[in-house]
Amino acid sequence: MTGRTPVRLTVNETDYDVTVEPRRLLADVLREDCNLTGTKLGCEHGVCGSCTVLVDGEGVRSCLMFAVQCAGRDIRTVEGLAAHGRLHAFQQAISTEHGLQCGFCTAGFVMLVVGALEDDPSIAEDPERLDGLLSSNLCRCTGYEGIRRAVLRAYGRNGTHEKDGAEGH
Amino acid sequence: MKPAPFDYAAPAELTDAVTALAERPETARVLAGGQSLVLDMHYRRERPALLVDINNVRGLDVITVDGHTLRIGALARHRAFETPTVAPAALGRLLSRVSPYIAHPPVRARGTMAGSLAWANPVSEWCATAVALDAGIELTGPLGRRRVPAGDFFVGPFRTARQPAEILTSVLLPLLPGQVGVGFCEQRRTHASFAQVAAVAVLTLRDGVIAEARLGLAGAADRPVRAHDAERHLVGREAEPEVFAQAGELAAAGSDPLAEPHAGVEYRRHVVGVLVRRALAQAREDSNGNYGDEGRDRHEGREAR
Repeated sequence: MTGRTPVRLTVNETDYDVTVEPRRLLADVLREDCNLTGTKLGCEHGVCGSCTVLVDGEGVRSCLMFAVQCAGRDIRTVEGLAAHGRLHAFQQAISTEHGLQCGFCTAGFVMLVVGALEDDPSIAEDPERLDGLLSSNLCRCTGYEGIRRAVLRAYGRNGTHEKDGAEGH
Repeated sequence: MKPAPFDYAAPAELTDAVTALAERPETARVLAGGQSLVLDMHYRRERPALLVDINNVRGLDVITVDGHTLRIGALARHRAFETPTVAPAALGRLLSRVSPYIAHPPVRARGTMAGSLAWANPVSEWCATAVALDAGIELTGPLGRRRVPAGDFFVGPFRTARQPAEILTSVLLPLLPGQVGVGFCEQRRTHASFAQVAAVAVLTLRDGVIAEARLGLAGAADRPVRAHDAERHLVGREAEPEVFAQAGELAAAGSDPLAEPHAGVEYRRHVVGVLVRRALAQAREDSNGNYGDEGRDRHEGREAR
């Protein structure tokens, strides 16, 4: 395919029919064509992780994927987490634990953590793996400690995430 | 910057991908995980006229034991190698020890082992591992399939024996049966930095004596290399710290690292020696953890005699 190409993206269970050049990054198409500006672009080099979204359940750099690659895949962004006017348990935890200050990196961290911990909640109880996960993304104002505490609050033993789950969140 | 315009093809069959690539091989690129290629397209160091995306090709994501070999398809992601059960015994332990050193989880979710080999960064962990293990690199092109040994595949920094019309479709790693210990050590500036130097060590031991030694090095030359002098020194000697230190010195003396701003040639050469020594100690330790198996092997060996 050459030039502008029609693609159906499924983002947060909503279909978006967009027409894009193959060279358009998933991150840019989410922001500019789907108007989902919660996903931030920092370095555009795959380093900072601000653009992390979930594709088929896995956290990926949306600056290192083309939107045309994502046709038929299940994309989740930070806009899809809150339900019925309530924040996702990890969003609430990051607020409670002061895991953000300027907030630019927050959407990326939230998607990184939600993707990894939904797949394997035991990461919360393994400091080495949790550090390895959180070092995927850059935060340059608040620091990582509040984010780490938020992971424990939401996904640790008796975490708020499970309680929310029981309420059908 | 953003990538320059390109045509895009994402066939579901390998033959269609090969055909698409063969139409204009000199200006086309193959897209697997894309974690290095797309970055270089941002910089416009890569400006392919055609991108052949193989992510929809069926059957390329398999990891299977095939006789004495682990066959790894072109779409097996780095992440698949994080658990030792990905391969039997020592090979599984080695792959799961190496993979956490590759970038970080979101990159490991997309990037592929085959893609790393095709990209051929001289400090790539997988490239050093492939060379250490004498991996077979399977290439599929318009004329069919061929297999290149890893030792002949890497011909320089980011340069391989792959022809432009070929797709790297499988990596073949030998299983590591018997009393084998594995080790991996890496020096890097920060957690997610590229390696400055990395060392892969695989030791086959018989009664504490080294029967076979394999050492693969990243960052010790303009391509991944084996430390042949150090390997020869190890064979027939006791698996002891002094012997490991001597092997490290030989590996350092035989290395010819490229200079880079954060690690000069002399520094890298020094690090090669240190990491080889440590990786060998790790390999001995790793084999110690399996004395039970060794005891059984020895016992069975005696009965057979």
